[in-house]
Amino acid sequence: MTKPIDARTTDLSRREFFGAAAGLSLAFTVAPDPLALIDDGVSGVALADGALSANVWLTIATDGTITVVSPAAEMGQGTFTTLPAVIADELDADWSKVKPVFPPEWTEKKFGNPGYDNYAFQTSASFAVRGYFKAMRVAGAQARRVLIDAVAAKWGVPAAELSTEPSVVVHKATNRRISYGEIASFAKAPADLPKIEDKDLKTPANFRYIGKDLPRVEVPLKVTGAAKYGIDAQVPGMVYAAVLQSPYPGGGPQTVDETRARQVAGITDIVKLPEGVGVIGTSVEATQRAKNLLKASWSDAPGAHHDSEKALEEFAVIARDKNREGVPYEPVGDAKAAMRTAAKIYRGEYRTRYLYHAQMEPMNATASVSSDGKSVEIWTGTQGPTNLHNQVARLLGIDRTSITLHQHFLGGGYGRRSQQEVVVDAVRLSKAVGKPVKLIWTREDDVTGGKFRPMTAHHIEAGFDAGGKLVAWHHRVVAESVAAYTSIASGVPPAPVDRVVMKGSPIPQYPLPNKLAEHVIEARGARLAAFRGVGNAHNAFAVESFLDEIAKDRDLDPIAFRLTIAEGAPRMQTLLRAVAEMSDWKRRRDGHGLGVGTMVKDDTLVAGVAEVSVDRATGKVKVHNFWAAIDAGLAVQPRNVAAQTEGGIIYGLGHVLREKITIRNGHVLESNYSDYEVTRMSDVPSIDVKVVSTDNPPTGAGEDGVPVVACAVGNAIAALTGVRLRELPFAPERVRGALGA
Amino acid sequence: MVAFTVNGVRREVGVDANTPLLWVLREHLKLTGTKFGCGIASCGACTVHIEGQATRSCATPVSMVEGKSVTTIEGLSPDGSHPLQKAWVAEQVPQCGYCQSGQIMQAAELLARNKAPSREEIIEHMDGNICRCGTYLKIISAIQRASREG
Repeated sequence: MTKPIDARTTDLSRREFFGAAAGLSLAFTVAPDPLALIDDGVSGVALADGALSANVWLTIATDGTITVVSPAAEMGQGTFTTLPAVIADELDADWSKVKPVFPPEWTEKKFGNPGYDNYAFQTSASFAVRGYFKAMRVAGAQARRVLIDAVAAKWGVPAAELSTEPSVVVHKATNRRISYGEIASFAKAPADLPKIEDKDLKTPANFRYIGKDLPRVEVPLKVTGAAKYGIDAQVPGMVYAAVLQSPYPGGGPQTVDETRARQVAGITDIVKLPEGVGVIGTSVEATQRAKNLLKASWSDAPGAHHDSEKALEEFAVIARDKNREGVPYEPVGDAKAAMRTAAKIYRGEYRTRYLYHAQMEPMNATASVSSDGKSVEIWTGTQGPTNLHNQVARLLGIDRTSITLHQHFLGGGYGRRSQQEVVVDAVRLSKAVGKPVKLIWTREDDVTGGKFRPMTAHHIEAGFDAGGKLVAWHHRVVAESVAAYTSIASGVPPAPVDRVVMKGSPIPQYPLPNKLAEHVIEARGARLAAFRGVGNAHNAFAVESFLDEIAKDRDLDPIAFRLTIAEGAPRMQTLLRAVAEMSDWKRRRDGHGLGVGTMVKDDTLVAGVAEVSVDRATGKVKVHNFWAAIDAGLAVQPRNVAAQTEGGIIYGLGHVLREKITIRNGHVLESNYSDYEVTRMSDVPSIDVKVVSTDNPPTGAGEDGVPVVACAVGNAIAALTGVRLRELPFAPERVRGALGA
Repeated sequence: MVAFTVNGVRREVGVDANTPLLWVLREHLKLTGTKFGCGIASCGACTVHIEGQATRSCATPVSMVEGKSVTTIEGLSPDGSHPLQKAWVAEQVPQCGYCQSGQIMQAAELLARNKAPSREEIIEHMDGNICRCGTYLKIISAIQRASREG
């Protein structure tokens, strides 16, 4: 049984953590695991090279409580349990005594993710477990060795004769036992921590927590209202703020008519911001009402003229135009040459639209800038503490150490909370009025100021040789660049390749001899972000729809065809066979169709099968069943991997059925859940997820259900009706039109 | 001045009569378990009970609860021991957790008047509550468990 953690103490100050009453603190150096180095393309933080500082990952109090730093943001993906469980396993700790806390300080080289070459505090792209796993195992093993050595010295016995049980060191020969808490009362952390090699780590057979299912530590707080999110921050003396934002990025307030806003009782200040107008007052309701009474005009910017539906048509034309070269992403062989000699070439075109994260907690932040402007305290839930520190430090011209961040639970992240503009605005407003300011966006602000998954147009060619072998693959993606957009705020030049858009396009699950995926970058001035499932989602929709079109033309079973082209990728073949069996793939269903889809994202593999029906009169698509199999390497918490995958499927279902953002004349037309319609309970099919745990290093699992939904559902509709839907979403009017009803 | 009972305690607040109950609870009374999601009664994150009836507090002017009894997630049980709260933990329902106060309050109304709802009745009753993490199937399981285990 896990004891409930206390919401008030997950955020410890540096002094509270390091100065923990009598007990043992252990310093470790966190070394990167070369197998887990990652680049999500969005963390965008430059740090100086240099030796790592020693750091304190855990303290053991004399009462046996083991406080473990869990640096990743907790946004529902479960790392606040998973990461401490990894340390606890190697430490051989009694899990009921383990208490996770967010880092007591935000110094990258102490607690940052060693999977990033810059050790960023950046929880995204499902990189937390992947990046921290090895480091935390070693840290736990080192701590265990320190305890054993201390007991060996005290009892005068060889360390080799000592073993551990949860939170107890045992000397079998003399039948003596001593608890970790007791050891903490006399043990001293050595100047040099013991070296731990791979052979010193546990073998999987000895894992107590890794690969088992622990109850998530913060769940009890989330059923009583006690869990604290950024929006729940209560700071003495704080005032409230709402912000009227520019409809498009880069627009600054030109004329502001604040007459009526000023008349709202409780409004104290109206402050111009670079891309908005802030309204300060004594209550949330006053600031929201006043914000709606503001009238402002905005300076021109490229985004002011953006029309998304028109642009998508243009993207489709560009996708076809091979004179427009794109940025290649992880090409293999020579696809263009192979295509020239192909005996048969297929071509396919697909489109996706802007999507909104729709996280349930609207963006918000509370900031308190000191009267001399030289330090600031911030209360929020963020995926990107490193970016937050960099941006706020730059804004105020202060050192990062003068920023105190109180990390909170995140009411959904999905990539949205990697961006910091609300924090930065809260800091600006606090500085302007000299008080702590709690800035809360309304849902309408959150939609119209949303940062979207880019819309895409795809053109794919597949070349077969005379022997019927798929030998050439050329996928052109036309989209804006998320990397270019996020680099404006982060101040770090974008990587030449936009991984956020292009992930999934190299299709490693299909080891074809010649593959080229390229990103033709079009700048249209929309606000963009990484988004749960990133490029894998739109790319899987295009790729997997196309594969089914090819299979149909060649009269091949879709799964059999994929098994053939997945030759050399046995992990994917295993998953394809798994979902074939789970779905009873060969069995025909009256009025229902089955469709398959796959994806590989950063070494995590998923295959999925959807069972759907279509109401031909209304065009309404109903998904009845969804079967998925996921291989995320070693599944550290298998039940959570399944829950995350199920959640991803449900998240992705909304993108298929209804969700889309439309921009006209630079304005987002959707405004709230009433017209941006996410998945609801009545939409949800039966879902069966098989977690295939393998002996590969653990990889991400937070978003990998998303990409297989649109493709599998589209393929199922085509199997059922013979009609291929080549653009998202499959809204009833589009489906009805395609069916010719 | 508006006077009403929250979780069994009589409270008086000096706010404009049109102030949404949500903000009175969250920012005036500091009961932050009730969440702001949409402001237009479209997502259910702000669900509380007014005289036992599940209500969207974001679209309820505080004047409407004058003299009435309001229950929030903090008052559903003294110690998180409501059958739904226990079932929510047993089924490990929450992911980000932000919508779950509203989900539980919405479900509590259902079980109060229908001790053994069918799956269809659960879905019909819960369809106005959005969970963006996608915990809907776990929510259904938890309601069924609470119904079973009381």
